[in-house]
Amino acid sequence: MNNISDLELEIFRTLENVTDPEMPYINVVELGMVEEVEIDDNQVFIKLLPTFSGCPALDMIKGDVLRKIKEEIKRWNASLDIEVKFSFNPPWTTKRISEEGRRKLKMNGIASPDSEHKHGHSWEIDCPYCDSTHVTMENIFGPTACRSILYCNECKNPFEAMKPVANLYEKVDL
Amino acid sequence: MTKDNKYISELIYQLADDNFIHSYRGSEWLGLAPHIEEDVAFSSINQDTMGHASMYFELLETLGEGSVDELSHNRKPKDFRNAIILEEANGSGTYLDQPEYDWAFTVIRHLFFGVLKEIRLESLNQSSYEPLIHTSRKIQTEQYYHLMHWKTWFTQLMLSTQEARDKMEQAISRVWRDFGGVISLGKYGKEISDLKLIASEDELRSEWLRRIHQIFDQVGFSIEGNPGMEQGNGRNGEHTEDLTSALNILSEVYHSDIDAVTW
Repeated sequence: MNNISDLELEIFRTLENVTDPEMPYINVVELGMVEEVEIDDNQVFIKLLPTFSGCPALDMIKGDVLRKIKEEIKRWNASLDIEVKFSFNPPWTTKRISEEGRRKLKMNGIASPDSEHKHGHSWEIDCPYCDSTHVTMENIFGPTACRSILYCNECKNPFEAMKPVANLYEKVDL
Repeated sequence: MTKDNKYISELIYQLADDNFIHSYRGSEWLGLAPHIEEDVAFSSINQDTMGHASMYFELLETLGEGSVDELSHNRKPKDFRNAIILEEANGSGTYLDQPEYDWAFTVIRHLFFGVLKEIRLESLNQSSYEPLIHTSRKIQTEQYYHLMHWKTWFTQLMLSTQEARDKMEQAISRVWRDFGGVISLGKYGKEISDLKLIASEDELRSEWLRRIHQIFDQVGFSIEGNPGMEQGNGRNGEHTEDLTSALNILSEVYHSDIDAVTW
């Protein structure tokens, strides 16, 4: 079969059109939710990592991926089966959010944790509006499972931050 | 089903049902928590916890125990393996009608459960059943924040007014009398730990006691002996009327309109 790599490229391009319904400015690739895309003669397999396990957006995201990929690959090979699966292995961490993703979150008033954050370490977050480090945590738990609520003492704006999620068993390069 | 699978399922039912009913009892606080920030935080914790139950139900589905929806909505109370203390109502009344809920009881129940859950997850990380290793790692990333939350409430209330201290100490005695049921692995406990699915009940208990006493030490509190199991062992299908009424509410939509489930 020809054009496998082109098809793969197309699939990634399509996945960039799938956004988080609770943060519609960031797509699932930028969020680091796409773990694997596998294509063989009969099937396209897409493995996604859920951000938080109880996130109600997961089913919507899965449905959206399925619909958009189906639409897209019809042009290539309508007989291809499409399977979209959520997996907990490896666990999603905030480290997986891309630089572009971090920039988009910041533009929308959501700070991202340091990509090297480890559990138990202090949490350094800058205000997404004025970059001040003089901020106060108001509530670790925010409007969605993945976000916290903070306040900037410098520019007096409330803002949100992606809750740092680190894999407790990740090998640390020293 | 092989014999091993039977014990694997048995353990996962316990993990699933504990999280399921615990999350439900927590969610009944929505709009009633002590303040607005707590409402936001507690709802988020309950949502995560229901997600954990759902992960375990999915494992049971792959083991051929039935679909996630059937497992959560279509079992009889006697088929549930959750511990009795976790099914107990938050207080008198219902969330719709004169709720006289007990916050001290809730904080203690969540703290005790949170500490045990952390220990169980650490142990499940070494489980001989690989899917449990993956789910426990995922859950740990979220559980970290839950436990931190309940420790904060516990410490602040224990070091607050005399009235708060009294209510908290009463709640400790109450939950202590039945918390043994959460530590229990039920009638197949020996088989479950022999298969190295999770640490033995004795190991779980002594580690739980060690961590709880450490937390108690920080607020100048102590208690003797082991937690009890006065109302019976939920792992073996023994339950109270509180579970029946909770399941009736939880499954009301499922039973009134089966088509609504696939909506």
